[in-house]
Amino acid sequence: MSHAEDHEGTRRDFLYYATAGAGAVTAGAAVWPLVDQMNPSADVQALSSIRVDVASISEGTQITVKWLGKPVFIRRRTPAEIEEARSVALDDLPDPIARNNNIDGEVPATDENRALDESGEWLVQMGVCTHLGCVPLNDAGDYVGPEGVGGWFCPCHGSHYDSSGRIRKGPAPENLPVPVAEFVDESTIKLG
Amino acid sequence: MFKKLAISAVAALTLSTGAAVAAGGAGKVKDVDFSFEGPFGSFDQNQLQRGLQVYTEVCAACHGLKYVPLRTLSDEGGPHLPEDQMRAYAAQFEVYDEELDEFRTAKPTDHFPESNMETAPDLSLMAKARAGFSGPYGTGLNQLFKGMGGPEYIVSLLEGYTGETKTQAGVTLYENTAFPGGWISMAPALYGEDVEYADGHSNSLKHEAEDVAAFLMWAAEPKMMARKQAGLTGVIFLTVLTVLLYLTNKRIWAPIKGKKTS
Amino acid sequence: MSGIPHDHYEPKTGGEKWLHSRLPIVGLLYDTIMIPTPKNLNWMWIWGIVLTFCLALQIITGIILVMHYTPHVDLAFASVEHIMRNVNGGHMIRYLHMNGASLFFLAVYLHIFRGLYYGSYKAPREVTWIIGMLIYLMMMGTAFMGYVLPWGQMSFWGATVITGLFGAIPFIGEPIQTWLLGGPAVDNATLNRFFSLHYLLPFVIAALVAVHIWAFHTTGNNNPTGVEVRRGSKAEAEKDTVPFWPYFVIKDLFALALIMVIFFAVVGFMPNYLGHPDNYIEANPLVTPAHIVPEWYFLPFYAILRAFTSDVWVVMFASWITGGIIDAKFFGVLAMFGAIIVMALAPWLDTSSVRSGRYRPMFKWWFALLVVDFMVLMWAGAMPAEPPYSTISLIGSTYWFAYFLVILPLLGVIEKPQAQPETIEDDFASHYPKSGTPAE
Repeated sequence: MSHAEDHEGTRRDFLYYATAGAGAVTAGAAVWPLVDQMNPSADVQALSSIRVDVASISEGTQITVKWLGKPVFIRRRTPAEIEEARSVALDDLPDPIARNNNIDGEVPATDENRALDESGEWLVQMGVCTHLGCVPLNDAGDYVGPEGVGGWFCPCHGSHYDSSGRIRKGPAPENLPVPVAEFVDESTIKLG
Repeated sequence: MFKKLAISAVAALTLSTGAAVAAGGAGKVKDVDFSFEGPFGSFDQNQLQRGLQVYTEVCAACHGLKYVPLRTLSDEGGPHLPEDQMRAYAAQFEVYDEELDEFRTAKPTDHFPESNMETAPDLSLMAKARAGFSGPYGTGLNQLFKGMGGPEYIVSLLEGYTGETKTQAGVTLYENTAFPGGWISMAPALYGEDVEYADGHSNSLKHEAEDVAAFLMWAAEPKMMARKQAGLTGVIFLTVLTVLLYLTNKRIWAPIKGKKTS
Repeated sequence: MSGIPHDHYEPKTGGEKWLHSRLPIVGLLYDTIMIPTPKNLNWMWIWGIVLTFCLALQIITGIILVMHYTPHVDLAFASVEHIMRNVNGGHMIRYLHMNGASLFFLAVYLHIFRGLYYGSYKAPREVTWIIGMLIYLMMMGTAFMGYVLPWGQMSFWGATVITGLFGAIPFIGEPIQTWLLGGPAVDNATLNRFFSLHYLLPFVIAALVAVHIWAFHTTGNNNPTGVEVRRGSKAEAEKDTVPFWPYFVIKDLFALALIMVIFFAVVGFMPNYLGHPDNYIEANPLVTPAHIVPEWYFLPFYAILRAFTSDVWVVMFASWITGGIIDAKFFGVLAMFGAIIVMALAPWLDTSSVRSGRYRPMFKWWFALLVVDFMVLMWAGAMPAEPPYSTISLIGSTYWFAYFLVILPLLGVIEKPQAQPETIEDDFASHYPKSGTPAE
């Protein structure tokens, strides 16, 4: 085989590889939109972040809002509830992790690590029992505060949560998770 | 009933086509040089925001935009309002919430309200539902070179009032040079200087009409920028592939055709 | 006629033999892809690949659109807007599907006229031709029902008018129309069944395409000379043919890529050019659009439908002889379907012994006139049904029928064909004089 033919062969091969490569890239580029169209559409994505007006919530009460198809408890706690929640020793908790999505990493399940604001007045958590997904009742169970408010109880299998939404008794393995939330102004909480 | 339907169907098929042309045909529509025309054209964000203002202060009194979600006002490639402005804009509307079974303040995820008046058509798709250009002689060449002419039709309609009116069956009709048939039941909406633009842009009738037409084009085709981008990418990609395939084809056939490979 | 002699797949390894003795699928694929193909095929033989691509494109984009579409009169229009505004890339997928239909029909017309010019319908390829015509009819049905789905004004009124055609059939027309619609008028029942069938028919088309390919792989491809591939021996056949892969696959892919450039330019820059603005208005059974026109690919047959009005003498004659059973309306319907039927009968109407139009001096001109006629009819179909357009439609329709029923049979008798090349190899050599000699 002469050098000229060798060179020729390389150039031919290069052309074939380039064509096959371009064809593969084009086909690949065509496949992506076919996959991507099944991802959540813009209207669904727009609902992944909602704003909740909390001006009308009085101390010792809560509202339940639907977010991402699930209930979210937004509670304005009384000083007694906060006091109660903050006086619990970590050793008493079955689940010692805060389960707060606003905080990176695993931090201890102190009430300070779960409440939305520093004073602990606002507590936002998913209203889904970590056992099998029922919606717990508020102001019920063995961990109701001294004024008869605070604490949650899941009627399905008897899980008791304290006034910080932490599991204390029953089959549920984890504390109620705290979703990504923040105050965008005085009276509006943004979820997600 | 059935016979009537069939007759009307065939009548529609054979007669109405003629009737449309007989009844004055398409009105006069002037060509406007919009920024979003052509393969590389894009929406003028400021123009869309001005158009939104015209729509809000004038058109929205009667018309609606029921297919347009309010949140899209913040979308890139559209009016691109800052998020807080878009929220404030949405909050001025009251919408009916089926879950609550009552009216509440609109959220960004809601759509623009529907038309207030039975007779006022929804404008969501108006810029695509009207063709300003046609022909000549049914060849479609005008549409090819000038575009379909939806926004141009809107501009021409808003500018096309002659001031003449007539009353027909108790309805006041206004003469309009762009409207097919020449008489429209919509009263002149814009006269010039109807809105005060924050950016100090001219608010003459011509500019207001063009701004609102551009806004309605965006409302009808919010993904136009993404579409042109995708089209351009596709054309470039495929051109490269075409050239490569051309060379490959030539190379493969060369021995068969007895040509020397280059 | 037996197939063209060529190499067949021989399983070599143990695994290949194991599979081949149980399911000879590799052999089938090999025979399909390596089929000896006349080497003189010109650029009009690319449309098969384009059509196969179109079918795949329409099925894939269609399945995706179904994931987001809602077939209900109250929700259909809004769900299309949802696709256009919210679904990731949905606007592009819908525009591809919309314009994909146009590309599909453009390709099918070029494919059909290729067949008509080069006599691809003639023996022994009649079955291929008939199946092709069935595919074409299915395509028209599918496209029509698909056009109803967005539930715009043109969707609704197009459906009303076209289903009204069935109502024109004497005696049984009205029950048939009611049965088709599922009620007295186009409504939710109609939309749902059209949706169901629009989803089903493409798969029927795909099956017919497989049969179409099977048929012409049995007879071998026609070619621009119309001269058959020599089949005496493998060596002889190899002088006339090259394997489909890679020669024609790459050639067809090149053509497809070029067409895709134009297609993407249309989809990206003027996706609504071929559509009708009225279909961006939601369907309203109480208001008829000023100007009902079908999509461009139906226009020639729409023109034929409208051409035969009650003042045309054939219509009057037909009405008189049948005692009024065939009125102008029914005559128009018969003419429209008849226009396709005469085309399907071309293999038996064409009496010429010569296959390719290339060697038929008179036929060439009549064929060229047919192409012009088709385009004139397409144009007339878009114009209002009034003079002079109605007269033009009538003349155009008459020529269409005359071509198949009179000219094709007569030409075979009176025409003196020119000399055809002896073999495909000779034809190829006349284009590429050096082809007989080795390249280097």
